[in-house]
Amino acid sequence: MIFANTRSQRGFQITILAVLCLGAVVAMAPMVYMASTAFKPNAYSPEFPPTFIPDNPTLKNFETAFSSRNFVRAFFNSLGVAVATSALVTTLTAMMAYAFARFEFRGKNPIYYSVLAMMMVPTMMLIIPQFMVARRLGMLDSLPGLVLVYTAGAMAFNMFLLRGFFETLPRELEESALIDGANHFVIFARIMVPLARPALSTVAVFSFLGAWDEYIWALTVLTDLEKRTLPVAIANFRGQHASDWGLVFAASLTAVVPTILLFIFFQRYFVKGITAGALKG
Amino acid sequence: MRAKLHHQWYVPYMFLLPGLALYVLWMLYPLGYEFYISFFDWKIMPGQTSEFVGLENYRRVLDDRNFWLALENTARYTVITVAGQMVLGLGLAVLIDRVFTGQRLFRAIYYVPVVTSWVVVSFLFQFLFVSHPGGLVNYVLVEMLHVLSEPVAWMSQPGTAWVIIYSLGIWKGVGWAMVIFLAALQGIPVELYEAAAIDGAGEWRRFRFVTVPLIRQTTLFVMIALIIGGFQAFISVLLITGGGPLHRTEVVLSYMYDRAFGRLWFGYGAAISYILAAIIVMVSALQMKLFSRPVEY
Repeated sequence: MIFANTRSQRGFQITILAVLCLGAVVAMAPMVYMASTAFKPNAYSPEFPPTFIPDNPTLKNFETAFSSRNFVRAFFNSLGVAVATSALVTTLTAMMAYAFARFEFRGKNPIYYSVLAMMMVPTMMLIIPQFMVARRLGMLDSLPGLVLVYTAGAMAFNMFLLRGFFETLPRELEESALIDGANHFVIFARIMVPLARPALSTVAVFSFLGAWDEYIWALTVLTDLEKRTLPVAIANFRGQHASDWGLVFAASLTAVVPTILLFIFFQRYFVKGITAGALKG
Repeated sequence: MRAKLHHQWYVPYMFLLPGLALYVLWMLYPLGYEFYISFFDWKIMPGQTSEFVGLENYRRVLDDRNFWLALENTARYTVITVAGQMVLGLGLAVLIDRVFTGQRLFRAIYYVPVVTSWVVVSFLFQFLFVSHPGGLVNYVLVEMLHVLSEPVAWMSQPGTAWVIIYSLGIWKGVGWAMVIFLAALQGIPVELYEAAAIDGAGEWRRFRFVTVPLIRQTTLFVMIALIIGGFQAFISVLLITGGGPLHRTEVVLSYMYDRAFGRLWFGYGAAISYILAAIIVMVSALQMKLFSRPVEY
């Protein structure tokens, strides 16, 4: 804000900074405490007083976690499921959003709003019938099955976000390409997708995170130990080694660190994605 | 004028088909199928037949004390966490909008809890709230701030167990509300504030009569999204208290899940799901009606 920079303005700024720093401590302290516990040996109960820097830092907890074959497996299962979901969501919602943004066709509005309306339905609410469908299709204990369900669940929001983006792109390029004889699929792949890269990145990152973190559906449909995803494996560690907090948090950090890195690298896409839904809707 | 592109009639359908097929199979069809299931005593074991029971599942749900308790818990969770996230989210956004330095850094720090997995932070909050005097929350409250005289056994009763779940819900969600409010605040033209200042409006009046009316659409969006989110609370409850003791900390979804996948009462669970969805749709519609008055300057 641009008001006179008087002495009271300075005091005001310092107060604001102090409050924001306090808030930042509250936001970050739990995560830092978790990270430090993961490096503590034998962290079965908290120390008194709590310490944020371990006295004898050790990698033992990570070694224990990674010596479990199923845990390493779970990491790669989650990675595969999240990458596949992200690719599928991005491709399919981009195609749908393009159709809604650029064409007039019979049934356009009913189809569009029936997809959009599902944004209001809690995904968890559909777990019973989805379970029945997966069972009938033989997709209960299957990682590709997870990918399909995650993709369908992420569609409404991302399609909405991309439609808004496509509508802001100028049509001249497409029109001249059409005149030059290109068909719509070539135009989509060669012209629209490169132009939409920022919005597509937003969708890719969001859908990756959604699949990476999903717990309940994976817990419900996966029975084979080798097919477990990371959140299921972490919850399992917690169940088996109830008070070995060092181990639980070493496993947890393995899941959390990639998401935080992703967030730091793609921060501006996050902000775009979150606010696009809010300001246009 | 923006003419739509010329195309063969089938072209848009080709673009829609793959996505729409998945969507119909895993979302739209299940939505209808669940309605159907809710009218049956649904059996999944081979050889058993599902019996049509009409509205019996709905009647039993509405007579079920544990369902009402779960609904009440969900409503309380929603009110408390939505209020907490909105007030803190808006407050932080206003401060970040004003601060001269570190805007992007603060925005990033407050957003980190949002991107972390629910499973991980549920266990983390259990650990922060352990009954041990060295548990971080007990230590801060007893030894540092001296607001309590002795450590609390947070998990020992429902009232204090809820404190863990509420704190987690607010802590994890504030950053999301803040990012959206901040974007809205940054979209307000500075001239409006200058004009108000020239007219003699102080800080509070500028906030009340310039900021608040201009971010009303955003406020509505944030509120609806958070309320829908509040009604979906589940993982934190499942992992922190498991709904116990004796269903005292159950929320609607955890209760639905327990009836359906614990007891295999799928028809009953489907009825609970439909009742919950109806409540969410009604609450959202009511809010849109209440908030859709035009903006007055």
